[in-house]
Amino acid sequence: MINAESHKIVEAVKRQLEDVMDPELPFLTIGEMGMLRDVYYEEDHTVIVLTPTYSGCPATDIISEDSLKAARVVDPKAEVAISMSPAWTTDWISEETRTKMEANGIAPPIGSSNDRAFLTGEGKMVPCPLCKSKSTKMVSAFGSTACKASFTCLDCSEPFEHFKCI
Amino acid sequence: MTDSQLKEVLLRLGDDTLILAQRLGEWCGHAPILEEDIALTNISLDLLGRTQNYLKLAGELYKPTKSDDNLAFHRDPEEFTNLLLLEQPNGHFGDTICRQFLFDNFSLLLTVHLASQEVNTDIAAIAAKAIKEIRYHVDHSSKWMLRLGGGTSESHEKIQGSLDKLWQFTDEMFEIDEVTSAAVESGLFPDLTTLKSRWLDNVMSILTEARLSILSNTEMKYGGRNGNHTHHLAEILEVMQVLPRTYPGTTW
Ligand SMILES: [Zn+2]
Repeated sequence: MINAESHKIVEAVKRQLEDVMDPELPFLTIGEMGMLRDVYYEEDHTVIVLTPTYSGCPATDIISEDSLKAARVVDPKAEVAISMSPAWTTDWISEETRTKMEANGIAPPIGSSNDRAFLTGEGKMVPCPLCKSKSTKMVSAFGSTACKASFTCLDCSEPFEHFKCI
Repeated sequence: MTDSQLKEVLLRLGDDTLILAQRLGEWCGHAPILEEDIALTNISLDLLGRTQNYLKLAGELYKPTKSDDNLAFHRDPEEFTNLLLLEQPNGHFGDTICRQFLFDNFSLLLTVHLASQEVNTDIAAIAAKAIKEIRYHVDHSSKWMLRLGGGTSESHEKIQGSLDKLWQFTDEMFEIDEVTSAAVESGLFPDLTTLKSRWLDNVMSILTEARLSILSNTEMKYGGRNGNHTHHLAEILEVMQVLPRTYPGTTW
């Protein structure tokens, strides 16, 4: 059934998914995070294609459940498919979303993932999201979740997290 | 390569990361500093993610099929195919870092090949996703090798001791047997002799900078791939499997 009706259902599911947030960054939607890859209709149901940020990201299960819950309001038969390829990258996070991250106290990924030096955030200037100082220091290449590294601001002394560029 | 050989390859990939993930998880709440507590458990989580991906694929090749959880929780020590290196105890922080450093460098080279081969696209997709994570792990363990090797005389002595203790388990990563031969022949695996010399180059460049040396006449240990493990594996499984075995099918 690929017709006007299925198209309408897909559009309705997409609208529903606009309210599904990343549980680890609850001010961003899964669409803004680049985890929602596709929504399409197959035979008699909608398929929501999601991709995990990290292989072991525990949020993936929660995101799948939340997406299903939201989608099944309009299509009770909706299903989730997890796609590994192409691998998720911070390049899919828009400038607008990066600004939103910073406004919420998280230093966004800087530049493109193709630059190997940008991987850990070490050796690059990560401005403090709070006071905007350029004098900051990486405390650990790891953080509270797989996607973040820990920094501290040498001017306002606030610890903050930097979203790793992968 | 036969289906049963492919299953064996997937089990080995999944078992390696599963056992190392479980070992690293033992550091949760015990690492010498908070940042390392977070680092080691984050790495553990990455490894566990890869485990799930590989064991899911392996499970599909059983008749009837098995879940990743079933493979992790309901096999006995002799059915596990992980490297002996990865079941070795955490010891002190340097022991853990050294074990990680030796494996990370192997894992990166193998995974880069797995991501580029076209024999099995499912494995290629898992590997492509894992590369960036493993680079991060290599970066972490290499920096610690440099710091500990070039640190105080005590840290230098301790990390040299870790290396002396663990070196005997390194050749198993490049062991040639029926399964790896078939994997190499099909193109799924890279040539293991070349892989070993590239691994040695990468590892030695860091060790030399850290002023560390390897024992030249080490008798290498093998057996993990065939289920002949050191007694440490049974200890790991006892902790890891107790809940699902005591309460089968339990969820939370
Ligand atoms: Zn600041």
